[in-house]
Amino acid sequence: MARIIGALTSSHIPSIGNAISNGKQQDAYWKPFFDGYQSVLQWLDAQQPDVAIVLYNDHGLNFFLNNLPTFAVGAAQEYITKDEGWGLPVFPAYHGYPEMSWHLIESLIEQEFDIAMCQEMAMDHAFINPMRLFWPNENPPKIKTIPVAINTVQFPLPRPARCFALGKAIGHAVASWPTDEKVVVIGTGGMSHQLDGERAGFINKKFDEMCMEALLNDPERLARYSALDLVREAGAQGAEIIMWLAARGALLGNVSKIHSSYHIPISNTAAGVLALANQ
Amino acid sequence: MNAPTVSQQAIPGTYIFDGRMAMKGYNLNRMCYSFNSADNRKKFKAFPEAYCHAYHLTREQIHAVTDLDVLRLLQVGGNIYYLAKLTGIYGMTVQDLGAQQTGLSIDEFRAMLESQA
Repeated sequence: MARIIGALTSSHIPSIGNAISNGKQQDAYWKPFFDGYQSVLQWLDAQQPDVAIVLYNDHGLNFFLNNLPTFAVGAAQEYITKDEGWGLPVFPAYHGYPEMSWHLIESLIEQEFDIAMCQEMAMDHAFINPMRLFWPNENPPKIKTIPVAINTVQFPLPRPARCFALGKAIGHAVASWPTDEKVVVIGTGGMSHQLDGERAGFINKKFDEMCMEALLNDPERLARYSALDLVREAGAQGAEIIMWLAARGALLGNVSKIHSSYHIPISNTAAGVLALANQ
Repeated sequence: MNAPTVSQQAIPGTYIFDGRMAMKGYNLNRMCYSFNSADNRKKFKAFPEAYCHAYHLTREQIHAVTDLDVLRLLQVGGNIYYLAKLTGIYGMTVQDLGAQQTGLSIDEFRAMLESQA
């Protein structure tokens, strides 16, 4: 039986990708941010997970408004990266795991999550940057991946409670996969930030701290917010915390904190990373 | 009578991209989506207005595009995830966008971000 060993949640700010490519990890601006990942890297090195299920939001690379799923599960042999339009590097494809993807899809439909199924899916910075942060020495890392996209582009967004339930359903699906593989669930995006509107630059440290605490001890508290509440409290793009909530939902055992780090600002964003173990 | 859309539950200084905005901005966002291709970015940059016409943008939308006026782009139905591909063509960062929308200089905008730490 496969098991979920933990959840890793991380900001996916585009400029992180260029900072990595340009080797800026020790620069004064970036050092506090990258230092926040060291404990997580040690944990990953000790655990050596086989599979990463990555909950992320597409930013208009793979999906357009003509055909936009609320939830979409990748079932590809590999996940290519493509030009997003503003200068981020394009990388070799990430490894997929279509057999497990189809198990996940079948299980999710059985649990009444009527997701879209994608045998081709191009990954943007929301997938790539956390992968580069968590596996800095390999590109692509050998870990098999299953991307799960959640719509944050077009309102109505899925309710946070529904994202949390999706995570739980993923947890149940993994538990019925008949190998002894170790799975890590990754949620990307956040924390508080707003790129657009007269309120651009909005950050809410207090709310982010509440999120960190709630994700560890009381995720239902966060799940009670509406998507619009999240926009109000965390900024227009801060609503990306729904990916963190979904990742947390997949932890069905006893949850403990491995590490968290929080830093303001990276680009226009409050950057956060949280690692939770599931036993 | 139409039911109220989410955008009517106002959050100050915030544009909720709901169905109403999606209808309004479809062609504009479709054009911006085309900028995932380097070839299209080049074609746009050579003849911006002609490129806008090919995507059937309204006059108001064309002006917002050629002025690179982010608030107006939002008001005419642009979605920030797609608009970023347009502003990226001109090398604008998200700090540039933030400064323009808040009426601050880049340094003032960065200081405002840092003040929230």
